[in-house]
Amino acid sequence: MTITENKNFRLVGNRVPRHDAIAKARGEQLYSDDWAMPGMLYGKVLRSKYPSAILKGIDTSKAKALPGVHAVLTWEDVPLNQEVTKFGQMRDVGGGFEGLYKVLAHGKIRSKSEPIALVAAETEDIAEEACKLIEVDYEVTEGVYDPREALKDGAYLVSSEDDTNKIMETLVRQGDVDSAWDKCDLIVENDFYTTPHDHAYLETECGMGWMDENGVITMRVGTQVLEHYRTIANVLKVPHTKIRNMGVPMGGVFGGKEDITVETFICLLVAATRRPVKMVWSREESIECHSKRHPEYLHYKTGVTKDGHVVAQEVNIVMDGGGYTYCTPWVQMYSTINGAGCYHFPNSSCKSVSAFTNNTFSSANRGFGATQTNFSYERQMDIIAKKLGMSPYEFRRMNVMRNGDMQHTGFIPQGHVALTELLDAVWNKLNEVPYVDYLPDGRKFGRGIACGQMSYGRLCFLHDNSRVALRLELDGSVTLRAGVPDLGGGQGSVLAQIAAEEFGLPIEDVHPYVMDTHLTPLCGTTTATRQLYMSGNACLEAVKPLKAALARKAAEIIKATWWPVSTEAGYEWEPDIANIEGQLEFHDRKIYYAPDPQKSVDFKTVIAHISNEGGELFNEGQFNAPAVEVPDLSDIKGQILPDMTYTCHGVDVAVDEETGEYEILRIIAAIDCGKAINRNSCEGQVEGGAIYNMGWLREDLHWKDGITKANSFATYLIPTAVDAPDVETILLESRGGIGPYGAKGVGEPADNSICPAAVNALSDAIGVEFFCTNVKPEDVLKALKEKNNK
Amino acid sequence: MSKHDITLNVNGKKYELTVNSNELLLNVLRDKLFLTGSKYGCGIAECGACTILKDDESYFACMVPAVAADGWNITTVEGLADGDKLNPVQQAFIDNSAIQCGFCVPGMVVTSTALLRENPDPDEDFVKDYLRGNFCRCTGYVAMVKSVLDAASKMKEAK
Repeated sequence: MTITENKNFRLVGNRVPRHDAIAKARGEQLYSDDWAMPGMLYGKVLRSKYPSAILKGIDTSKAKALPGVHAVLTWEDVPLNQEVTKFGQMRDVGGGFEGLYKVLAHGKIRSKSEPIALVAAETEDIAEEACKLIEVDYEVTEGVYDPREALKDGAYLVSSEDDTNKIMETLVRQGDVDSAWDKCDLIVENDFYTTPHDHAYLETECGMGWMDENGVITMRVGTQVLEHYRTIANVLKVPHTKIRNMGVPMGGVFGGKEDITVETFICLLVAATRRPVKMVWSREESIECHSKRHPEYLHYKTGVTKDGHVVAQEVNIVMDGGGYTYCTPWVQMYSTINGAGCYHFPNSSCKSVSAFTNNTFSSANRGFGATQTNFSYERQMDIIAKKLGMSPYEFRRMNVMRNGDMQHTGFIPQGHVALTELLDAVWNKLNEVPYVDYLPDGRKFGRGIACGQMSYGRLCFLHDNSRVALRLELDGSVTLRAGVPDLGGGQGSVLAQIAAEEFGLPIEDVHPYVMDTHLTPLCGTTTATRQLYMSGNACLEAVKPLKAALARKAAEIIKATWWPVSTEAGYEWEPDIANIEGQLEFHDRKIYYAPDPQKSVDFKTVIAHISNEGGELFNEGQFNAPAVEVPDLSDIKGQILPDMTYTCHGVDVAVDEETGEYEILRIIAAIDCGKAINRNSCEGQVEGGAIYNMGWLREDLHWKDGITKANSFATYLIPTAVDAPDVETILLESRGGIGPYGAKGVGEPADNSICPAAVNALSDAIGVEFFCTNVKPEDVLKALKEKNNK
Repeated sequence: MSKHDITLNVNGKKYELTVNSNELLLNVLRDKLFLTGSKYGCGIAECGACTILKDDESYFACMVPAVAADGWNITTVEGLADGDKLNPVQQAFIDNSAIQCGFCVPGMVVTSTALLRENPDPDEDFVKDYLRGNFCRCTGYVAMVKSVLDAASKMKEAK
């Protein structure tokens, strides 16, 4: 456990309005679709009609001949049509982690809506018309839509380049599972299925690009990963210096803008036309074409003693990667590492395999593989507790990880493990409302609890790092530059808050300039719940030497101004500079000598002195995460992720037994955030995360043989204000994280254990077990009927 | 495709425009009047990101043909504040940290403004029901509902 210095904060921990809140409230924040330029063309993508086919030929002549059309591009026009998607500033790790995909279809078409051609035209209407004029010769093939089928011998091959549908296989094991079953009094086996989930951010994929006067293709496109500029440059076969993204705040992402969306298409069209090009995906295009949360088939076999101790668990996972690799290997690592859950027991194995199918590709979605396993092990634990006749709370409390416990890869995390505290807090809060069988309105009542773990920071073998630059201005304000993509979590603001805290300035004195590939230091991806941890620490690194220089100069000034002092006893001679320097405090735009706060100097005066002497007033700080080598995937051991954030959710539901309709009455969401830097932002993540994955219960893409039938907001139904209950947030601040001031990341963990808690509550209400994340009223009704027929 | 001359009163300014019969009010506001606060989210009046006011009543600009808006008196999100002074809903959204990515916020504050004009003293259920046509994927609505109730009580105090 990390014990951080217990300091008195002035800004950190407060409810600080973000620097961009006013612009957003006024509707003045510009997003990716809000930019236009003279002479701008509109880009459109022609996409495959079929999920599985062989592309025999493309005739673009009619489209090219249409007046107003400036470019029609196919795979032959893409300088490098097969590329490695690189996430951030990672080194090449190899081992199947490359995330291969094609920019435009060639050979086999691997999923419906795979891009086939790009068009740029004077108007959107002309671009759409041109797409219709492109003649595509398809040879439709049968395809494969279930990863379990895809892995069988003789299965249809999704890719033209590979001789197998298997993407990757991984294994984590500990102890000896096979010989442990004999020691168990009860063995429980269950199969779970987690459904694909759409991010359904309000802003679809969009943006614009142009070629600047020096031949640099410049974009305004919101992305979680600014560093994709390198991949785009590789695709265009131009130097990395010639692709720039002046990133834009995003209208929601949840992992869906972690992969490249419109950027490569825009750059290809700009290069071909030398005109500005804008591209905006429609909602239907967005839902059909961007990644989904990996559907997973999970088999759990768990053995326990009759007094409730878990002895052994075997997990087998099959993951649906869809048509291309993208983030699948990374997500799979998360599933495998988290397969055993947040429980401590001696014998475990978790084996996972991922496969290509002709479904829409799977990739990052808030929770990144950890949330699928979290659902399954928390359902499994609930089922076992009932079989043992124990309360689900007691059973969990007995088996959860505690400080000093080894993870199933043999690594003992440095951060605090708060699971028992969180379970207690949620259970107590739930029980403030007495448990009843039926509510006064006649509906059946149910109560569920679930806990979970999810990492913050990226896989350690990626050697992750981040940089933040600070410049002290002559008026005493501070400019902060950081290539941190802001997706709405306040990623830029929190850095300003940290710098302001350290320099003793009000928040408005520090202004963050964020997300420009070539003008802000690269911070790495806004993914993996890593920005506060990584860039927050980088910000502290950036502060350190500046603060030291300020303190040294302030000590000199204070000494010269206030000493010697005449007292009754004679002169009081000054302490030496180092003595003063060691006792300074920064606050209220001043630097104070703590033993006698009368002795102070203005922050900006100190800056003026340093400036007059030609001293440096800027610094770029870098933070490096713990780094390891790529593990042996057939026996993963050691530290795979920097640290974990732990959560616990409690849910009360009411079920109408006649219709199956149910209502989530309460959500208690507890998280150990280590230290809440911006309390409002932290609570916002916890509330939003709870409702986001509460939505997983009911949202249904209606997939059928590679077709996404629910491709609009009229059919893909996300929670509305009416569906969302109040979320009672419990923020535990253990100060036991490895982020700034002992903070942990909260973005993804916040949505982790809600779905199993809700399904546990539903199962509790009607006494029927559910094994899928998706439980609709019709499923409840069907389960009730089956139960009553027994 | 025929062309039509229309007049729009937007945020207190009068605009005379020529529009195509297939043009939508949302596109005219965004592309011709450069009022990009109103957002495209779904194009089928489900998500509410494009919500504007016609007089005191809220409309989805993505579903209104521009020709049908001829003569309308429109307020967009850009017209809610009085100079630097935000309207009570905008201020409450900031005070209660109801803004994360902010993409739904223009529509959300416009709808909430209409709500409070219709019912200055709403309860939580009324607010939730009124906001059901405005999606937010970030906040879980908790802080937003709180914001509208906060704005209502501040407006009452100010009277």
